[in-house]
Amino acid sequence: MATIKENIAARFPQATFEDADVLLINIPDEQLHDLAAALRDEYGYDYLITIVGVDRVQSLGAIYFLSSTATNQEISIQVATTDRENPALTSISDLWSIATIYEREIFDFYGIKFLNNQDMRRLFLSIDWVGYPLRKDYDNSPENNAPSTQNERQSDFTQVYTRREDGSIACEDRAVFQPDDFVVNIGPQHPATHGVLRFRTAIDGEIIKKIDVYMGYIHRGIEKLCENLTYPQTLHFTDRMDYFSAHNYHHGLCMCIERAAGIEVPRRAQVIRVIMDELSRIASHCLFFGTYCMDLGATTMLFYTLRVREQILDIMEKTCGARMTFNYDCIGGVMADLDPDFVKDVKALLATLPANLKEYNKLFVGNVIAEGRLEGMGVMSREHAIDWGVTGPSGRASGWACDVRKTHPYSVYPEVEFDEITMTEGDSMARFKCRMLEIEQSARIIEQLIDNIPEGDYLAKVPKVLKLPQGHWFQLVEGCRGVFGVYIESDGGTSPVRMKFVTPSLNLAAVTDSITSGNKIADLITIAGSLDYIVPDMDR
Amino acid sequence: METTFDFSTITQWFNNLLLGWGLAPWLVTTIECVLVGVGLLLLYALLALFYIYFERKVCAAFQCRLGPNRVGPLGLLQSFADMFKILIKELIQLKHIDKFLFALAPYLVIIASMMAFAVLPWGPGLQIIDFNIGIFFLIAVSSIGVLGILLAGWSSNNKFTLIGAMRSGAQMISYELSIGLSVITMVAFAGTMNVEEIVLAQDNCWFIFAGHVPAIIAFVIYIIAGTAETNRGPFDLPEAESELTAGYHTEYSGIHFGFFYLAEYLNLFIVAGVASLLFFGGWMPLHIPGWEGFNHIMNYIPGIVWFIGKAIVISFIIIWFKWTFPRLRIDQLLKLEWKYLLPINLFNLALMVMIVICGWYIKW
Repeated sequence: MATIKENIAARFPQATFEDADVLLINIPDEQLHDLAAALRDEYGYDYLITIVGVDRVQSLGAIYFLSSTATNQEISIQVATTDRENPALTSISDLWSIATIYEREIFDFYGIKFLNNQDMRRLFLSIDWVGYPLRKDYDNSPENNAPSTQNERQSDFTQVYTRREDGSIACEDRAVFQPDDFVVNIGPQHPATHGVLRFRTAIDGEIIKKIDVYMGYIHRGIEKLCENLTYPQTLHFTDRMDYFSAHNYHHGLCMCIERAAGIEVPRRAQVIRVIMDELSRIASHCLFFGTYCMDLGATTMLFYTLRVREQILDIMEKTCGARMTFNYDCIGGVMADLDPDFVKDVKALLATLPANLKEYNKLFVGNVIAEGRLEGMGVMSREHAIDWGVTGPSGRASGWACDVRKTHPYSVYPEVEFDEITMTEGDSMARFKCRMLEIEQSARIIEQLIDNIPEGDYLAKVPKVLKLPQGHWFQLVEGCRGVFGVYIESDGGTSPVRMKFVTPSLNLAAVTDSITSGNKIADLITIAGSLDYIVPDMDR
Repeated sequence: METTFDFSTITQWFNNLLLGWGLAPWLVTTIECVLVGVGLLLLYALLALFYIYFERKVCAAFQCRLGPNRVGPLGLLQSFADMFKILIKELIQLKHIDKFLFALAPYLVIIASMMAFAVLPWGPGLQIIDFNIGIFFLIAVSSIGVLGILLAGWSSNNKFTLIGAMRSGAQMISYELSIGLSVITMVAFAGTMNVEEIVLAQDNCWFIFAGHVPAIIAFVIYIIAGTAETNRGPFDLPEAESELTAGYHTEYSGIHFGFFYLAEYLNLFIVAGVASLLFFGGWMPLHIPGWEGFNHIMNYIPGIVWFIGKAIVISFIIIWFKWTFPRLRIDQLLKLEWKYLLPINLFNLALMVMIVICGWYIKW
């Protein structure tokens, strides 16, 4: 790390460094693009985890979190602009495709225009929204944004901002679709989008020409809400993003807060958390098989997979008291001790799992029609996956070993034996099989832990009023669909100044356009379905 | 055949009765037609209700569920309740549609399947119309249905329905070829297009046994093409709900939607009925040459039970497909037809003709 720091200091004399948990490089906007390109091409930081917009009152800025897929090291770059009236930064969307979406999100929340980004629309909020909600001076009085009684206005045009010779900013309108495109509106109310997501799809007969992904129908402003809540209160939102990875997301946020506050989590709680994470993963993947097969018209599979999921939800209900939004992990441990039947029930589940997996394989994977529909469909290469930041089983099916449990081992994961499943095909079938194999690995992890749950406290002593010291922290965990990240910035108070959630589904939805074009409209359903995004997870 | 009750004695007696009252022949024919029409409508509705219940129970069994079990004993009244609900539902008036074609389309679909009913052999003498090109008539009228689907898709002024109708047109016209060719194969074997004669020719041995290899090939192709023709899974692309919400009938409501829904089940019955006619002897009981006692007992089961029983067994197979397989894609669907089924079918027809000429079939 030191050598990188020296090298960068030599090449970019204006850069200043800040040692946090992730090395932070402050750089003026003019050199951002060069630095990002150098980090990507010369130092191997080829994966853009996220871009966090920040409002420091005197300046607006963005923090870019980069990671190296070879060494799994992270680095971050911070840029800022003092112009609050007309803030503009240089886009890096030509280096990473996913930056297009991340920059749109920051434009939506902070009003920072990214110059040379080819699609600078709002991402989540409607195009008529007044103000930029995550700015500290945002006026949230209801009069500004009264509920509309009119139909939603369409954004048929996108803007591209560039800097003129004289330094002023030029804006160019570009049509999203060609005038003679036949645009079919798939969503927001459509069975195959798994929630209120909208694909505006230009088709030529049955062939897809272009997809405009339209998000934000269940945007709840979770990040904004968190800024006015205490740390224990912020936990509840993570259950409601990816509701199938509720335990995993809770785990991630708890770890980030615990690390910042210096709280030691009892070992019993750590083991319980990991078992719960893996149970969620099995339940989530089972639901994926069912709904995915239903998308393909094989309804029966849903009931076979729901049987296993039901069994897991019963186990969770006994311990957590809920079947969906568990709210089980809390700062310092877990909310309640395990149910007395827990070990027995989990063992019963593990006993039935292999037979069920065999049945799924028999019913679906070997089926001629399923093979014809899935094999070679929506092929995503490893480079493509990294370019779009597609993590989780979908990224691993393309050969990218991106499992946070292996790359940044946390909790008790370093102590258990399991394999990271990677495949090379990168097609829909590989994504399907990858999840099938991951269930086996999750079962393997649980098997190793279930007999060794240590006795002791399940909850550490945590101060009643929890204050984090001044600073910022970044934490990654493996959700069921990919990398979940938490960025917390604290000024020493009881609530965060900025809390950013990095969710995998945003990338999964964003990549849909590039891997479906040229395929049939029926393949949109199989390809998008195989990515397995959750809409509240992308909209937050 | 001596023990089997011939239904034509009743119709003959009724005809003579009316004529005996001194009614003019045209009036007699009209009265008979009206009575037959009413009977047909009733049968149509009852069969559809039965099929809805049957499919729900079968699919529930496949999916480890119970299926309808609250309304009436064993849920038997569930489909009646559903039917009543659909009858009293509002027909939603849509703007920007071709009102005439929109209203016409469901009737075309249902007329096509009702006309096909006319030539099905329900039992000995129990057939609405018996004429020498019965099979040809059946193929001809069942093709009208696709027109209704195309009109429904076009007149709804909706992109989803248009794509659904487009798919449906391509699919049904393609698979009509397969159905036609496999039916022709069996007609070549029977040597007649008359439905009654085809059934009687299977007195000793059903065609699927007598025609051995080519008959079995024709049956397999017929079942595949028939499933496609009725727009059922795995060939339910025109109404693929995960892609096109409900395909061509997305915009329909109330009883207009009900017509499409009924027609789908009735077409299932027709496909199964024609299969039982061509391959499994129609209403003909199972006879094994030489087993006189067995044959005699079989004859006690009425022909109508045989026919409906066979049709239900075959429709069970088609329902089984739907609840097991995922859906095909449009290009795969057309590839299956044009690259595999059609050549096999043509070859099979030639094979059948050769077998008939050389007399290599099983004869008793």
